[in-house]
Amino acid sequence: MDKMTKIAAGSPGAEIPCVGSPEEVPTLVIKPKRGWLGVDFGELMHYRELLYFLVWRDLKARYKQTVIGAGWAILQPVISMIVFSAIFGRLTGIKTEGVPYPVWVYAALLPWTLFSNSVSQSSISLVSQTSLFTKIYFPRLLIPSSSVGVAVLDFCMAFVVYFGILSYYVFGKGLYSLLPGLSILLLPVLIFLIVIAALGVGFIMSSLTLKYRDFRSVIPFMMQTWMFISPVVWPSYLLGFTNKCLMSINPMFGLIMSFQDVMLGRPIEWLMLGISATVSVSVFIFGLYYFGRMERRFADIA
Amino acid sequence: MTEPAIQVKNLGKRYKIGVRNKPANNFREAMTNAIMAPWHRLHALGDKVTSQEEIFWALDDVSFEIEPGEVVGVMGQNGAGKSTLLKILSRITEPTTGEIKINGRVGSLLEVGTGFHPDLTGRENVFLNGAILGMKRAEIIAKFDEIVAFAEIDRFLDTPVKRYSSGMRVRLGFAVAAHLNPEILIVDEVLAVGDVAFQKKCLGKMNDVAGGGRTVLFVSHNMSAVRHLCTRGIYLNAGKVAFTGEVSDCIDLYLKHGDSGVGDIIRHGVYKSKRIQVDKILVNGNHEDRVFFTQGSKKVEVEISGDVLESGQVAIEVLISDDAGQPVGSFLPAHYSGGAPKLAAGPFHISSQIELPDLMRGEYLLSVFLTEPGRAHLWECERCACLFFEGRPWAIEGGTHSRDQAPHHGSVVLNGNVNYGS
Repeated sequence: MDKMTKIAAGSPGAEIPCVGSPEEVPTLVIKPKRGWLGVDFGELMHYRELLYFLVWRDLKARYKQTVIGAGWAILQPVISMIVFSAIFGRLTGIKTEGVPYPVWVYAALLPWTLFSNSVSQSSISLVSQTSLFTKIYFPRLLIPSSSVGVAVLDFCMAFVVYFGILSYYVFGKGLYSLLPGLSILLLPVLIFLIVIAALGVGFIMSSLTLKYRDFRSVIPFMMQTWMFISPVVWPSYLLGFTNKCLMSINPMFGLIMSFQDVMLGRPIEWLMLGISATVSVSVFIFGLYYFGRMERRFADIA
Repeated sequence: MTEPAIQVKNLGKRYKIGVRNKPANNFREAMTNAIMAPWHRLHALGDKVTSQEEIFWALDDVSFEIEPGEVVGVMGQNGAGKSTLLKILSRITEPTTGEIKINGRVGSLLEVGTGFHPDLTGRENVFLNGAILGMKRAEIIAKFDEIVAFAEIDRFLDTPVKRYSSGMRVRLGFAVAAHLNPEILIVDEVLAVGDVAFQKKCLGKMNDVAGGGRTVLFVSHNMSAVRHLCTRGIYLNAGKVAFTGEVSDCIDLYLKHGDSGVGDIIRHGVYKSKRIQVDKILVNGNHEDRVFFTQGSKKVEVEISGDVLESGQVAIEVLISDDAGQPVGSFLPAHYSGGAPKLAAGPFHISSQIELPDLMRGEYLLSVFLTEPGRAHLWECERCACLFFEGRPWAIEGGTHSRDQAPHHGSVVLNGNVNYGS
């Protein structure tokens, strides 16, 4: 028996089920799981098409029976930019180092919206889709991940809008200094780190919400507070060096700051970025671990 | 020697069940309870089991093996652990103890149309549902026309599923699942939906799958479907395997345990008069068991004996109804032979042989009455026995009969003979 188990565990087909070539017959062993990281990456690869379909479903379904349709993906960030510009830009008169407030706030809203949409959507993703994973097996990580996937696509739309706003100020008003420099090459890395952090938080919050429904009420407050401790509507230069380092423990602090710096062609503060990046990766790994542990009982507590 | 397709060893699944809190005795306790409530709830949500009362073993030390190509019916009363077993086999939930080894790709169908999004169209949902069931995109594209043809919804393919009738939704869901081609198929009670024609089609498809050398694990309360499809049966009782073996033996066992399609069988009658006392009632010479199989035979024999306490006319009446309670036939000898004999006080014995009509395959209920013809019921034994009639199937072999078109639907007069003795 021992020998058989070993063969089974080592077999490359252990990822099951799915239909492929009928020749190789995979063997699967089901038993109480042990070990700390319950993630089977081979299996995730096998199911990558499902991730695509889940994102596709959410996008398709969201704009059904709407008039403006996908136009909402553009309208939403534009409206929040206008609101923030009116309230924070005009009323409080925050100084933004010569950058027009709309551009300045939009460059910070972009990464923040990506993060906040990802986290709030993925947190409720498990609770709202219990009927899915209590009836069929697939890697449950795909459920919160697909919510993040949707937020990433929204981000791409909003990103295009940024360049629309930018060209108005650059070509309309001649503010050539707003154009990003070479450091924009760092942007994919920053986006990646934001997504990683969002996934990590999403994994943790979604499994917590599934078990303790209290978190459904907690998440909106959490995200609101999180926005105010991140440099979204206020400039980070208000803080001293030590405080900036401390605040960078919030991964979104360093990441939003660097994102804005990159977009506006300003120098990057590497130390804060380093701290935030490290925290992002740690949150992601812890999220995977926590989700893997909780996943075993999802169908029982859903 | 080939390896078994499914090998289950000492499988156990423990659930924690809610236990009611003790009510407060006085105001102070009530206040303390109210303040401590969140803390208790936190504990209740946790994984720790604090008392034995909270433990429920849905499956307990379950072991069995299934060879490749076998079609196995899993039977058992509600709460016997069938669904838990299927959930563990489909990897939806983890076992608490034990181990399962599966050789082959598993496709499980615990629900029809899992993951359908109401706002998406039928076409879009075919892709979504297919992907959720584990099909590749290319595979869905290849089988798309076949799926749509099977579901018979081609006109509504671009209508949102939320506007579908429930039957259409089920047809589409089953059509997608039916085109999944795993080596091992796990099917829960999903065929109990849709109209008769579609059920027939589904069972036909299941039959193809079963006949195609694939391993099938099938849970159903539809005994005729189980009998027709399965080669072997597993009978679960209170989380344990009570029996594995021939499917017909398994069905016998299942039906004998009371929860058959016709409901509870009550052997003792209800007295409506003090004129008579019934000691014994035999159906086909049998009084222990509550279920009788009239395989092959077209006769059923009913014998009643007891004491007449006050002399007078006594007649036997037998009614046969289907599992929905609709009368199928009645045996009323006294009504056409000009009354019943007058029985003197003392022991009596009535035996009757009743010819059964050409019934469709299925379960039927037998009720026996003793009456004074035209005047009063003396003794009634409704739901006296359950007959399993191995007649013509009504949904499987593609015959033209549905139950509604049974040759003898409705109440017919049954022929037979009766002897009144003492």
